[in-house]
Amino acid sequence: MMAPFLKYGVFGSETSLVVAFLLGIGFGFALERAGFGSARKLVSQFYLDDLAVFKVMFTAIVTAMLGVTYLSWIGFLNLSLVYLVPTNLLPQIVGGLVLGAGFVIGGYCPGTALAATATGRVDALIYGAGLYAGTLLFAEAYPLVKGLHTATPMGQTTIPQYFNLPYGLVVFAVVLMALGGFAGAGWVEKKMAARKAAAQAAA
Amino acid sequence: MVSNTHVSRAPAPYSNPYLAGIGLGLVLLAAFVFVGRGLGASGGVSAVVASGLHAIAPEHAHRLEWLSGRLAGDASPLEEWLVFEGMGVVLGALLSGLLARRAMVVIEKGPRVSRRARLLMAFFGGSLMAVGAAFAGGCTSGQALTGGALLNLGSWAFMLMVFAGAYAVATFVKWQWR
Repeated sequence: MMAPFLKYGVFGSETSLVVAFLLGIGFGFALERAGFGSARKLVSQFYLDDLAVFKVMFTAIVTAMLGVTYLSWIGFLNLSLVYLVPTNLLPQIVGGLVLGAGFVIGGYCPGTALAATATGRVDALIYGAGLYAGTLLFAEAYPLVKGLHTATPMGQTTIPQYFNLPYGLVVFAVVLMALGGFAGAGWVEKKMAARKAAAQAAA
Repeated sequence: MVSNTHVSRAPAPYSNPYLAGIGLGLVLLAAFVFVGRGLGASGGVSAVVASGLHAIAPEHAHRLEWLSGRLAGDASPLEEWLVFEGMGVVLGALLSGLLARRAMVVIEKGPRVSRRARLLMAFFGGSLMAVGAAFAGGCTSGQALTGGALLNLGSWAFMLMVFAGAYAVATFVKWQWR
């Protein structure tokens, strides 16, 4: 085992901040390349005429998931040292719904808003101000929402652990699901384009 | 293909989504391999809020249970991994945007909405997003992308709900985009 490098002392925590900056550059570059510096492009996902959000997200998830799987199988990456956010099912379900609503209302998510602000989107800058306001609101109102925020704690758990399934089987299922999803996304985009063309021809 | 001299000044088309996704996935994999954690964004916002509030009203900031953890210890809450990653995101996106001639000062909106209404909606949406991310313990980056790749149970539940929430609300804000 050699990786994660930081955990095996290959470099220290100060250097890790430089690594964070470099990884951020790659992250921002990839987001902007994908078109995620544009709110119109992002929300097209939810009007079904451009499913790039789904395609990019699931390609990234599958790429990183396969990388992690292979690197830990050959004994290079110690997966137990990769931080897993603990599961709190109920607040994560509620938070996901609220966040999804905020996505289509505001036009961005926090990471894409940063990329969009960097490329001059004024609405993304204002969206960012909203992020700060909402965070402050949550911090001030925390006594009221703490019950929900800390409900249903399940600790660090993965889908294979929770459902007692072999890790490789779940990885394989996710890959199949993604491939099916990509085919489906292409089909939906074609249908929507045909419908739009028909509406324009009629008008 | 149209070929005239104006074409070179127009914004370049976006990358193929599968190529961009592989690139994004490799950055995420590099984060796992180098530092043993994934990417994130909303945590950086919390760090900035903690730091700002601490500068204005230090005693009050320490009394806020949800932020006080970030103010423990001697280091500034801004000396945090996600803050440095966020600064990188700004630079990387700007670089990509400049190379593709897509960096420009503009308000992203549909044809039927006023600028003021769009900006108000952006602010409101951002506030909602922050509250959602606070409940979930992360956003699309820290939960959906990172936890998705690690098969994190809560992250997958969260991700499904993000799509559900967005599709449920999309029809009510269509005037803003179409």
